Amino acid sequence: MKTVFIIIKMGEEKTMYNLRKTVLLVILIFLTVPLGQALAAELVVYSARKEHLIKPLFEAYKKETGTEITFVTDKAGPLLQRLKAEGKNTRADLLITVDAGNLWHAANEGLLLPVTSATLGNNVPEHLRDPQSRWFGLSLRARTIVYSTERVNPQELSTYESLGDAHWNNRLLLRTSKKVYNQSLVAMLIAEHGEKLTEQLVRSWVANLAAPPFSNDTKVMEAIVAGQGDVGIVNTYYFGRLLRKNPDLKLALYWPNQQSGGVHVNVSGAGVTTHGKNRAEAIKFLEWLSSEKAQNLYADANLEYPVNPRVANNPEVDAWGHFQQSQFNLSRAGELQTAAIRLMDRAGYR
Amino acid sequence: MAAPQLLKPSGWQLVTGLVAILVIVPLSVLLLAWLDPAWDIWQHLQQTMLSLLLLNSLKLLLGVGTGTLLLGVSLAWLTGACDFPGRKLFSWALLLPLAMPTYVLAFVFLGLFDFSGPVQTFLRGWLGSGFRLPDIRSAWGVILVMSLALYPYVYLLARNAFRTQGKRGLEAAEILGCSPLRGFFRVVFPMARPWIAGGMTLVLMETMADFGAVSIFNYDTFTTAIYKAWFGFFSLPAAAQLSSVLVLLVFVFIIAEQRVKSRMRYTQSRLTVRAERIVLHGWPRYLACCYALAVLLIAFLLPTLQLFAWTLDIFREEFDQRYLQLLGHSLGLGVAAALLISTVALLLAYAGRRHRDRLTGFLVRIATLGYALPGTVLAVGIFIPLAGLDNMLIDLSRAQFGIEMPPLLQGTIVIMLLAYMIRFMAAGFKPIDSAMHRVTGNIDEASRLMGLRGPKLLFRVHLPMLRGGIFTALTLTFVDVMKEMPITLMTRPFGWDTLAVKIFELTSEGEWERAALPALTLLLTGLIPIILLMRGAEK
Repeated sequence: MKTVFIIIKMGEEKTMYNLRKTVLLVILIFLTVPLGQALAAELVVYSARKEHLIKPLFEAYKKETGTEITFVTDKAGPLLQRLKAEGKNTRADLLITVDAGNLWHAANEGLLLPVTSATLGNNVPEHLRDPQSRWFGLSLRARTIVYSTERVNPQELSTYESLGDAHWNNRLLLRTSKKVYNQSLVAMLIAEHGEKLTEQLVRSWVANLAAPPFSNDTKVMEAIVAGQGDVGIVNTYYFGRLLRKNPDLKLALYWPNQQSGGVHVNVSGAGVTTHGKNRAEAIKFLEWLSSEKAQNLYADANLEYPVNPRVANNPEVDAWGHFQQSQFNLSRAGELQTAAIRLMDRAGYR
Repeated sequence: MAAPQLLKPSGWQLVTGLVAILVIVPLSVLLLAWLDPAWDIWQHLQQTMLSLLLLNSLKLLLGVGTGTLLLGVSLAWLTGACDFPGRKLFSWALLLPLAMPTYVLAFVFLGLFDFSGPVQTFLRGWLGSGFRLPDIRSAWGVILVMSLALYPYVYLLARNAFRTQGKRGLEAAEILGCSPLRGFFRVVFPMARPWIAGGMTLVLMETMADFGAVSIFNYDTFTTAIYKAWFGFFSLPAAAQLSSVLVLLVFVFIIAEQRVKSRMRYTQSRLTVRAERIVLHGWPRYLACCYALAVLLIAFLLPTLQLFAWTLDIFREEFDQRYLQLLGHSLGLGVAAALLISTVALLLAYAGRRHRDRLTGFLVRIATLGYALPGTVLAVGIFIPLAGLDNMLIDLSRAQFGIEMPPLLQGTIVIMLLAYMIRFMAAGFKPIDSAMHRVTGNIDEASRLMGLRGPKLLFRVHLPMLRGGIFTALTLTFVDVMKEMPITLMTRPFGWDTLAVKIFELTSEGEWERAALPALTLLLTGLIPIILLMRGAEK
């Protein structure tokens, strides 16, 4: 009995010792981390665009100007709430996010500052930036039609709207309506046709679905390759990624609505925060991001199109062909987003 | 009796109160959203999809509840109370799926079994292009995946109970004239009920909060509606209001569980002697072995192999020095949070034991509510008051001392750990609380007779008895914290990433194959403590 107690006791002492060491270590970490972060930064960025896509830009900018950039990534929703909660004491100078809807909303909440800059006005086309200059598109992606080259003749295709025709019954595949890219697409259709016609159109899409909506664009394309359906709607860079992995991909992009309206496009973009401490520095960085020097680095990392009209597309992207893009101002996508979601819910588009 | 206790709260009650307040603050931030009721969104949901969402959520809860109960209890009983070939290996190997995040399992399953996946493609090539399996992107698919990912919670807790029971339960039933089957349901199962209930509570809370797996399957539940209200309608109040319904549901659920438990007392004789096992003979022993192997294969080996295959493709371009740093951060956070949560859970369990009054019981329940909330929603609930406090401090120092200081609390690891505690208290509390059922009053009395009091009583009698429960709590919380995403994303210091953050970065861009490397690293790291702790608990 006694030996048992001694063994337990020894075990205790050992755990106590380990515990003390751990506690000390943890306290040390607490003390060092926040201090380090408070000292270093010259420019603080909150980014919903992912680290592997933006970090190379931060590094290039540092190399050129010596400016140190500190950043944190998260989803767009939590980042907006974070900015709101921090209010005037926020450390963020610049917000980078994807999708015009998110940018519109940040601006609408008063989190972004109007910026007057001839450089930005010159580098970013009018329909890809906020009419009140609170945010600017930095890279462009098209949401377009993808089809099976084995079972579809491109002459059968014409517009987004025509995907609701009986011709595509049980052949159409779509991504979930919960993804903001589809919400922006439907918002554009509402702007063009009004709610009533758009709802009919979305219903006709749903009636043509060959399978329940997928959780991402890549799955849509894989299902088309496998023969579950013949056509779908995807963002161009997902197609690019799949093509890179498999150059013999039996899929091709089609540019719809070339006679009417143009292809639906969306952006990733950025805006200067209302309460940032390094405003001038943030504007300088934003201008640099839209410049000839940075645009290819920014767009090519994700196989997107540069927004700056003087910058050439990446050859890989250029090979997919040229198209007329929709001139519809992207801030409208933000305004109409709620209406678009409600409409899709009513139409049974999951 | 109650009045003086309220006037002069004991140390236990203070601790409980403090933890409960920590949980109540973020919850009340969510409840405050009712000040601005988003009726239009409620009305919209009610008109379009609310009934479908509720039905889907119910299906999911029932399905995953049944699935984990069957898998968890059967496997726990086989490895805990019986003996069959490979039993020792399976007893810890069956825990391995615990380290597999649900969203990873969901993605791998979809990759393998969807129409375009290798399994169906192969079958179509073999049986003709018209061949179709039932669509995995449906209720049964999600239920299957989540049951496989979550059964270890039930398994781990129930096994603690069966291990000490051995064959005594069945023997007693046999003496009383029961058939083995009847004996199992009349004696063996009821004796393990608090442990099983504890595990099931964790599973159901986790199921309700899950967003990752259901969104990969595009299966609409109440949780997906919460995210839609927030990210789609940009209405955090509506999201918070929807979440508060979840909180209410869980609360009712926890009270019910407590009612069931408090009607019973559990004691076990001859604790120190290892219970004898039921040795299986003939075909049942191979059946048991095959069953355990099948579960292990589907829930762990197959998905891990798939992750390995993906990792091989991308290892060269993806791996760099940073992975060691990410690994260090994940490990450090996991260890520190597991120690903190388990210690506090132990205190809470003691408080609940010492004070059987309503108030203490209520506070203890509240302290565990964070587990059932969707992570991102809880993260915001934590962040809003935190930023408010920081802003107050900044304004104060500006007004009083004229000093411009940066936010003090945000992005510190103390806050991260506290946030994890709010989120995962249930995972630490349930196993310890179940184990506490065995430390009965007469054990204390017997110890006092032998002259053991205060700390000696704790260290020499209680802790050895609670050991299994504490190990379980440490394992569960460690693994949970390692896998956690939304709180980590929102509260981490600048540039301070973890493996889970890396997985988030890649998967949110749809790059699942590239995410295989951090996912696999996370998995392997999570395995180490599971194996170690399992060995430790077996000794």
